[in-house]
Amino acid sequence: MFGMPTHTMPRRFITTGSLNAARLQIATRQMSATEVVRNYLSGLRRLEPQLNSFIAVDVEHALSQAAAIDNQLAKGEEIGPLAGVVMGIKDNLCTQGLQTTAGSKELRGYVPPYDATAVARLRAAGAVVVGKTNMDEFGMGSSCENSGFQPTFNPWDTDRVPGGSSGGSAAAVAANQCIAALGSDTGGSIRQPASFCGVVGVKPTYGRVSRNGLVAYASSLDCVGPIAQTVADAAAVLSVIAGPDSADATCSQRPSEDFTEGLVPLEQLSSKPLAGRRLAVIQETSGEGVAEALAAAIKHLQELGAEVSLTCFGVGLPAYYVIALSEASSNLSRYDGVRYGQRAEADELRSMYGKTRHNGLGSEVARRILMGTYALSAGYYDAYYKRAQQASSQKGGALWYSCGEMPRPLVRTLVQREMGSALQQYDALLCPAAPTAAYRVGEKTSDPLAMYKGDLMTVNLNLAGLPAVCLPCGFAEQPSGGTLPVGMQMIGRAFGEGDLLQLAHIFEQTAAVMALRRPAVYFEA
Amino acid sequence: MGSAAAAAGGGVAASRQQPHCTFAAGGGMCRQRHRPHHRRWQQQQQQAVRYKAAYEAVIGIETHVQLGTKTKAFCSCASEFGAEPNSNVCPVCLGHPGTLPVLNGDMVHKAVLAGLALNARVSLESKFDRKQYFYPDLPKGYQISQYDVPLCEGGWVEVVVPPEQTGGQGVVRRIGVTRAHLEEDAGKLVHGGAASLSGSDYSLVDYNRAGVPLLEIVSEPDMRTGAEAAAYGAEIRRIMRFLGVSDGNMAEGSMRCDVNISVRPRGQAAFGTKVEIKNMNSFNAMQRAIDFEIARQVQLLEDGQAAAIVQETRLWDEGQQCTYSMRKKEGLADYRYFPEPDLPALVLNQAYLDEIQASMPELPRQVRERYLALGLSQYDVLVLSDERDVVAYFDAVLAAGAPPKPATNWVMGDVMAYCKEARLGWDALAERMAPTALAEMIGLIEDGTISGKIGKEVLPALLAGEGGSGSGVRAMVETRGLVQISDPAALAAIVDGVLSANPKQLQQYREGKPKLQGFFVGAVMKESKGRANPAELNRILMEQLNASPPA
Repeated sequence: MFGMPTHTMPRRFITTGSLNAARLQIATRQMSATEVVRNYLSGLRRLEPQLNSFIAVDVEHALSQAAAIDNQLAKGEEIGPLAGVVMGIKDNLCTQGLQTTAGSKELRGYVPPYDATAVARLRAAGAVVVGKTNMDEFGMGSSCENSGFQPTFNPWDTDRVPGGSSGGSAAAVAANQCIAALGSDTGGSIRQPASFCGVVGVKPTYGRVSRNGLVAYASSLDCVGPIAQTVADAAAVLSVIAGPDSADATCSQRPSEDFTEGLVPLEQLSSKPLAGRRLAVIQETSGEGVAEALAAAIKHLQELGAEVSLTCFGVGLPAYYVIALSEASSNLSRYDGVRYGQRAEADELRSMYGKTRHNGLGSEVARRILMGTYALSAGYYDAYYKRAQQASSQKGGALWYSCGEMPRPLVRTLVQREMGSALQQYDALLCPAAPTAAYRVGEKTSDPLAMYKGDLMTVNLNLAGLPAVCLPCGFAEQPSGGTLPVGMQMIGRAFGEGDLLQLAHIFEQTAAVMALRRPAVYFEA
Repeated sequence: MGSAAAAAGGGVAASRQQPHCTFAAGGGMCRQRHRPHHRRWQQQQQQAVRYKAAYEAVIGIETHVQLGTKTKAFCSCASEFGAEPNSNVCPVCLGHPGTLPVLNGDMVHKAVLAGLALNARVSLESKFDRKQYFYPDLPKGYQISQYDVPLCEGGWVEVVVPPEQTGGQGVVRRIGVTRAHLEEDAGKLVHGGAASLSGSDYSLVDYNRAGVPLLEIVSEPDMRTGAEAAAYGAEIRRIMRFLGVSDGNMAEGSMRCDVNISVRPRGQAAFGTKVEIKNMNSFNAMQRAIDFEIARQVQLLEDGQAAAIVQETRLWDEGQQCTYSMRKKEGLADYRYFPEPDLPALVLNQAYLDEIQASMPELPRQVRERYLALGLSQYDVLVLSDERDVVAYFDAVLAAGAPPKPATNWVMGDVMAYCKEARLGWDALAERMAPTALAEMIGLIEDGTISGKIGKEVLPALLAGEGGSGSGVRAMVETRGLVQISDPAALAAIVDGVLSANPKQLQQYREGKPKLQGFFVGAVMKESKGRANPAELNRILMEQLNASPPA
């Protein structure tokens, strides 16, 4: 609480979080928006040398946005629900007038002529975009080490990675360089860095948030979602960015909701607020304190009255990579140096293409384009892409294994069916967002397969298109000393973000995992 | 498939060759270059005739029809032709990062209308796919098209191979349509310093055309001659124009035909090696290109150089009147098609199709049947049914009561000549001379009020709008004193006058110079100021001429 009696506040200010604190300060004129933004900008810049969270910062624009809000207030006008909320935007979301590279050197200097729908909605709600956060190039990576510009470091331990690909957003939010951020999640890119950095990440249902303006990695899997310091903050941001968009034909027609509405403040919770809720833990193999942290969280949920069972699913990882890389190989074709971005000099068209893409695209991106191109090639398409996508009666093949069973014939539809039927039985499914806590910088860079395996716990959800909230559930003691946050995914029914956020909020309030815990690198606003 | 094929493939600059006209294998030397073109052309024609009995060509056509929607296929940019380069562009059709396609509903409506008119099955559920290749005119590195589940499948068109091509009666044939699918167009390259890519210093790209909606219509390999292929192309264009879904303008690229052609000995079931020809901007050119290509391939077979016929794309050179190799196809191009994840499946319902079917205008084939039933000759039917506006005008003339045959003669004769001369469209014509006015005039001729000759004299006044909606035509001819003289007494008086004024000629006639009959006809017509009823006049004149001279 902010030291003010709750009954005088609008309902949306009932929980803690920098977002609401800042908005409240501005709304009650304790601070002007300009002061809030200046304050955050100074913190951002002070911590940036240690973290490298941002690729671009737009001070001038941020201050003019803040001035506009102060102007609105001076005139007695209504301010937006996110007025003065300082936000970072993952660099794969287009921002009009502000460089957008998706972490790729190929797009250095590219300034989009339009705002991504999610960004435009944030701006309309009064949010102040301070800059673009670092990421693995085109979202291809799980550590932010594949950025074309710089690695980002974990605020809890700067020898460690922040996760990826939305690592810049997660690190910036964890260190309070900004109040909240947008990320994108194709195979875990919001949830895994949220887990590594001890913040809340929401991967919405596919189609819940418009993809318009999101630099495409794998179109049928990509989702835009918030990363924030608290569940309530994430809910407030999601409420603004969700909803139908005529610019995205795959976006759902379902209207957005006020996701903060269902959040119940701690003092109003009963002793068994989860009585009657049925949860299932997805059996996974995890180590280094992750299993313990999850076990403690599950115990806590049971104490709140939830009924917790065990379940298991097949492994969608191979199918995920076939689909993601196939689509990526196509989506990245447009970076040819002809219309925008960097162009290499050459005597002839083919060499211009070759040099441009060789110079501009990193090795991990090149590897994924090659694999995707291979999977879509004549003679391989049926064996890979088609089988990964659809149910088939064909036997054999290793794109899909179900736990405890013989290898089954593949696919995305199977994942959807399995998870869908489990969610008819349970209110939510629980599992870690990653097998380990944040690993050391450089630890996995030489082994791409080890990096891919780290996505094991997150990709099924993208194949199924379901929503999840990832939030801190505990800490893992490191053998080398120090503790690192561990995140837990709560997976819900399609378009069930409201229920999920409510559940996550109850856990967050009652378990108080983050109480008195701050990252080593942190800006006290 | 796809307009894009020209752009695909390796080593674009290196593989293009200079045009050459020779039957020598593939890219051989231009041995016959010094000889006059028309002689070479003649020789080729003779060869073609000689081998016609022994060989058969198999021809299939891929037609790209630009659908005349206001905006592009997947964004809201205008799809008009001729705008300032790169003025009708936006982040979506330029393939900017993060942009997504949104399907144009009017494109689907027009394609469904076209599909139904092609007698095809329209799928209630089809999907879009990405066809992938790199070329500077293709902004996204892929073209959104339809691959394995097209919008329309299994249709046919009836074509009439015109009489002048078959010597006598036109032959009616049904050509199968394999499929018709939706796709987007690519941009246009403009090569600086040269007419083509080879030799140019730089190339500029105009993306105005990028994303313009196309319907690709793929025919069965049902055609055997250039004339059939040209008739097929013309019928497709006619159908699209009757439907109002495309202007079919080949010069502006809103209709493009790629011809696939192979030759085999008659009686052989297997197809020969297929060659693709592009770059023909009229049906006439298409026919000549095909006839050239048939002759070229037959000659190679005759010379024992069958291996020299290779899978390749050849361009028609209008100046040289020959095809030349643009690009060899090394194996099958792999476009790595896969379903477009940015667009949901295209799902239509039966009510939508029914509604479009109900709105179907009369099609060229139906017009032809209707006109043939009126007793018009096939030639007249083909001329009249060629354009929708002519049909509309002619039908309005008929509806106003004009009998078909004279209406045909007037519309196809003086009126059509006038329109050509004045470069006037038929809708504009209707504003000057209402079809009812023409019908009224035809009526006056038919009932003998005026002669056909007077009709021709009256026509300019009608074309100047003096006939109004038709009711003023009779008054006009009356006030101008143009009404035909049919009264035998009046005609006899005129004849008498002429005979007595020319006693010398009369005497010569009666002494055995029957050729002077024409002189008297002319003189009498002149005297009547052209108003004499010719039949009646002739009868009376002959009567008087042949009467015994008064004693």
